This record gives sequence, C-alpha cells and structure tokens, in this order.
Amino acid sequence: MSPSLRRIWAMLIKEFHQLRRDRLTFGMIVGIPLVQLFLFGFAINNDPRHLRAALEVNDHSAFTRSIEGSLRASSYFDLQPAGTRPGAGEEMLRRGEVQFLIVIPPDFSRDLVRGEHPQLLVVADATDPAATGGATAAVQQAVMSGLGHDLIGSLAPLAPRPPPVDVVVQRRYNPEGITSHNIVPGLLAIVLSMTMVMLTSVSVARERERGTMENLLAMPLHPLEVMLGKILPYVFIGATQTTIIVAAAQLIFQVPFFGPVWLLALATLVFITVSLLLGFTLSTFAQTQLQAMQMSFFYILPSILLSGFMFPFRGMPGWAQTIGECIPVTHFLRVVRGVMLKGWGVGEALLPLGILAAMGLVFAFVAVRRYGDTLE
Amino acid sequence: MSAAPAIAVTGLTKSFGGRVVVDHVSLEVGQGRVCGFLGPNGSGKTTTLRMICGLLIPDSGSGTVLGLDLATSRGEIKRRIGYMTQRFGLFEDLTIRENLAFVADAYSLDNKHARVDAALDRLGLATRADQLAGKLSGGWKQRLALAACVLHEPQILLLDEPTAGVDPLARREFWDQIHVLAAEGVTVLVSTHYMDEAERCHDIAYIAYGVLLARGTAAEIVRDSGLAALTGEGPGADRLAPLLQQRPGVTMAAAFGPTLHIAGPDLAALRAAVKDVDPAIDWREAEPTLEDVFIHLMRSATDNSVGIAS
Repeated sequence: MSPSLRRIWAMLIKEFHQLRRDRLTFGMIVGIPLVQLFLFGFAINNDPRHLRAALEVNDHSAFTRSIEGSLRASSYFDLQPAGTRPGAGEEMLRRGEVQFLIVIPPDFSRDLVRGEHPQLLVVADATDPAATGGATAAVQQAVMSGLGHDLIGSLAPLAPRPPPVDVVVQRRYNPEGITSHNIVPGLLAIVLSMTMVMLTSVSVARERERGTMENLLAMPLHPLEVMLGKILPYVFIGATQTTIIVAAAQLIFQVPFFGPVWLLALATLVFITVSLLLGFTLSTFAQTQLQAMQMSFFYILPSILLSGFMFPFRGMPGWAQTIGECIPVTHFLRVVRGVMLKGWGVGEALLPLGILAAMGLVFAFVAVRRYGDTLE
Repeated sequence: MSAAPAIAVTGLTKSFGGRVVVDHVSLEVGQGRVCGFLGPNGSGKTTTLRMICGLLIPDSGSGTVLGLDLATSRGEIKRRIGYMTQRFGLFEDLTIRENLAFVADAYSLDNKHARVDAALDRLGLATRADQLAGKLSGGWKQRLALAACVLHEPQILLLDEPTAGVDPLARREFWDQIHVLAAEGVTVLVSTHYMDEAERCHDIAYIAYGVLLARGTAAEIVRDSGLAALTGEGPGADRLAPLLQQRPGVTMAAAFGPTLHIAGPDLAALRAAVKDVDPAIDWREAEPTLEDVFIHLMRSATDNSVGIAS
C-alpha cells in the first residue's frame, strides 16, 4: 500500500478540526511564545546593574568622596550607608538587604598619601556568581577613575599608571552586550521545541487514551500517512510562532538581523520538522498524555540548560557539551544566532543544518518503526 | 458466491505477558451469517476479534478472512472488513459529518459527499450533521459508529459489544439493521452479553478463559449441552433458589417472577433434589435456556482451569 495524499489529507483535516476546537491548546500556541518573549526578553539580564550595596566609610576625605561618587556613577550600585555600628554592614549582607558591602578602612586617605597602598574591601554575596561578576570588576574601575582626578600635583606618582600593554577588546556582533540580543533569537529555538515536541507527543497519546487509536489502526491508514497527517498542521503553527517571535525581535527588542531571511526560514522549517518527528517518536513510547508530557519535559529541560540558551555552551564541562551536541536545539540555536547576529550565509549554516537533518531522519525512522499498524 | 466461509481461523493463540488469553480457537463463519460471540468478561472475545481484523498478530494459528491469508494480507483485509470497537472509536471533538467524511477519505471512497449524505439520511441525523459526535447519547453514538463502519461497504462486520449500555428500543433497531445487512450478504461476528441478542443470531460461539467451548445454533447448543430443567410453581417457589442451589445435581437455580427455574446435567438428579422441598410446589419439566447452558459452561470451565492451576 503506497502512501496516498488523500489519506494524509484526511488526517490533516481531522487534526485541524480538533485543534480548532481545543481552545487551551490553541491558546498555548500563541500564548507560549508571547509570554516567554516578554518574560525572558525583558527579565533576563546577564549584566545586572543597580545592585544594592552598603558603603561603610571609616575615613572621610576628598578621596573617599571621589570613590563614592564614581561608584555611584558606574550605575552598578545603589549605595546606602552601612551605619556606624561595627558589624552593621555584615548583618545587612547576611540578611540579604544588600548584595555588596564596600568598606573604606580608617586612615585610608593617610595611607594613600603615604604611598602605603591601602586596601579597600568589597564583600560580595556570591551565592549567585553571575550576579556579582560584573559588579566586582566595576569597583576596580570606579576606584581607578575616581582617584585619577585627585591624585595630581605632588600626588601624581601615586596615580594609577596605564598598563605597559594596551589590550584592545572588540565586542563583535553585540557590541553593547545587550542580553536580549542573545536571548530573543534563542527563544525561537526554545519556544518551537517546547510547543512542537509537546503537541505532537500528546496528540498520539491522546488517540490512545480516548480509544480512537484502535479505530485508526483498524482503518487502512499507513503509519507514514498518520504521521504526516499529524505533523503537517503543526508545521503551520510553528511557522506562525516563528513569525511572532521574529517580528517581536525586530520591533520590540531591536535585535539586529544581518543574514538572509530565507536561510532562517529554511533552518526553522528543518528544525520544526525535526522537533515534530521527535515528538511523534516520544509519543510511541507513551501510553497516556501525562506520560507524553513528562517525556517532553525530560527533553525540554536539557534543551534549555545544556544547549547554550541559558549558559555559555563552551563553559560547560566536556561531557555536558557532548550531551548538548545531541540535542537538536543546540544546533538550531547556532544557526539562528549566526544568521541574525553574525550574518551567516549558507556556508556557515551547512554543518548545523546537516546535523539537524540527520537527526530528523533518525527520528522519522524510529517513529515509523515503532508506530506500527497493530495494537502491539 | 462460493460456499467458502467468510471467516475461517484455526488454532488462534495469543498470550500477553505469559498469560494465555486466547487458546487455540478455531472458528468458521459462513457468508451472510450473523454469528454471536459470547463469553464472560475477560474470556478473550475482544482479543479474538482483534486478531481476525489484523490489529493483533496471533502467536500461533492461521486463517483466512474472505479467502485472504491472515498472516500476509492484513492490509487488504482491513480494507474489506468493518470493525466496531467496544469503546466509541470515533472522534468526539469532530462533528458527525466530519467523522463520516474522515472515514470516507481513510478508505479512499468515491462519491464521498453522496455517501456521507446517504449515511446521514439513513441514520436520520441529516439535521444534526454539524453536531459534535461527543454530544450524542449512547444509543446514537452506537448507530453513528455502525454507520461509519459500513460506509465502505465491508463484506464482514466485526462488532465488539456494540449494544453495551444501550436502551432496549435502540438495541432492537440496531439488531434489525444487522439483519438487513446480513440479508445483503454481509457476514457479521458480534460479541455480546445479552441472551436475547444471542438468540437473534444465526449461530453462536461460546468462549470462556480463552477456549472455545460451544458452537452451533442456539437450539443445537441447548440440545448438545445435555442439560435438563424444571420449573417450580407454587407459593414461595421463587424463595427457594438459595436452598436448591446447594443441592447435588443442581447447577443453577434462579427465580423468574413467582416461579423457580432450576437446571442440571441430569433430570433424575433434579427431581431427587426437589422431591422433599415443599409438597405445595408443582414441578414441571422445562426446556433449558441458553442462559442455563452458558452458566453451566462457565462454571465447568472455571472448575477446569482451577483444576489445572492447582
């Protein structure tokens, strides 16, 4: 029995009718990309500023006022006085009222003028390392520039000297280091894999749960026809979601788009297909919709954490990178970020796209083999 | 038409997880016959039907359906039979018309719209065609399911407890329709728990614990059982069932209104059992019913399986 277009069409129309009447799922299709866009796009910031800091000043002078001024100017800290009671600043840090405690010790100015290299203590709540990284670097910078103005005349030899080598850093592709430029294109990959994998895996399990699977199997429908009929409607849904996210990226988040649009469209189509096939494959292992959901989550969590969406891919240990390489999202992320931010062409996108296509073939093979045309 | 049976299977066996669910069942159903498939819950009726329609592959055994080999022609068999699942198998979130149209497409039928419209007319659902199938009552759901499974004009119908939970009038109409189809030459194998339905079948197959125990027309099965029965009439006769049930030679005792019906394998033993119960009750020899036979078969099958197990 060769696959027939009419039977695929029958499945496709059925799926469309069911989707149309399933308000919750329909809402999820539009809701998930929007909610995630706004949550992640606006909320995630890898370079947090305006962090609360307590300043304990035990030495009042022009120097310390300069340092305080430039700390404020750095925009990394919202300073508040730690008070004079000993240990008050420590207490604030422990209670979490502030994330930093900056202590200017007694006799700071005297030691400075004497050239004794006084110390300036920055105590950081480093329970979340990412939150403190940028700010601690900023303290160094603020002290240097703050004192630069004061250490003149006879004090000039104490002024920070320029380092012997000038290190030039160019921040390419995202010069201002705007987090959303990295997150929003990544969201395309996350939203698509979430909805596509979940919807297909649930849709086959639903047939089983509602008892319609037996009827489907009793009809002369080839497994391939059932699979195609179930997958195709979601391709349109994926395309809709892609449009929403790319439009929002451009209009709301002003994410640059340097590469060819058609390449992104092609890559997205490949990725949608791979995700749908994966969802279909998962569904052949699930007896109920709940099981299908659980399996989807099992896939989605590493997709978010190990793909390079949340954390730098190359910062993970080797074994984690190996797992990451097996996740379709990882490869699609590279293409999306490459095409949008780095202006990738076909040449650069070929390898990740090839890997995605190969994954799709494997999933399709497993899915058709496992779906079978009997109840066993 | 040849005289070859529409369904002919021999030695069908199927086990799940080491438990034999269907044990060497052989069954022949002639073309145009309505064969009732009876047996207690979990006796292997559904599994047997699923093997015949190609949804399950037998562990052993072979057979032909419409002359097609069960092992090699499952695809073609699927196209030429209609199978109505025990649970409503159509899509509840599709309208009646959408469901029928889906079936028409799935079987690649010509004149799709004409067929769907005709089916709707025959069902009397033309005015409710755009209603969701899930909103129909139990009886209507069954009628819709039947309409969907005869849409492609199958030569064989396999119906798995089609009238469970359906009211008597709807059941009567359902069976009238089955006989109309049979008269047109369709072979029907229908599983049921209802005795009145069993009696409306041309012949009956009785299966218990995976083993086919009786086969034939209702009259043949009653005759071959060798059972005898008595009916007792008189004041308080109907209250004696629990007492007589215990006596040797009485397989079953059941009250029917004011009378008591008892059955057992030996008439003399039955008479001995009721002799000294109550002189006011008048005992007359009666025809054993199909129900007597099935309960007798079921009890002896249980005994056998228990005997084997211990």
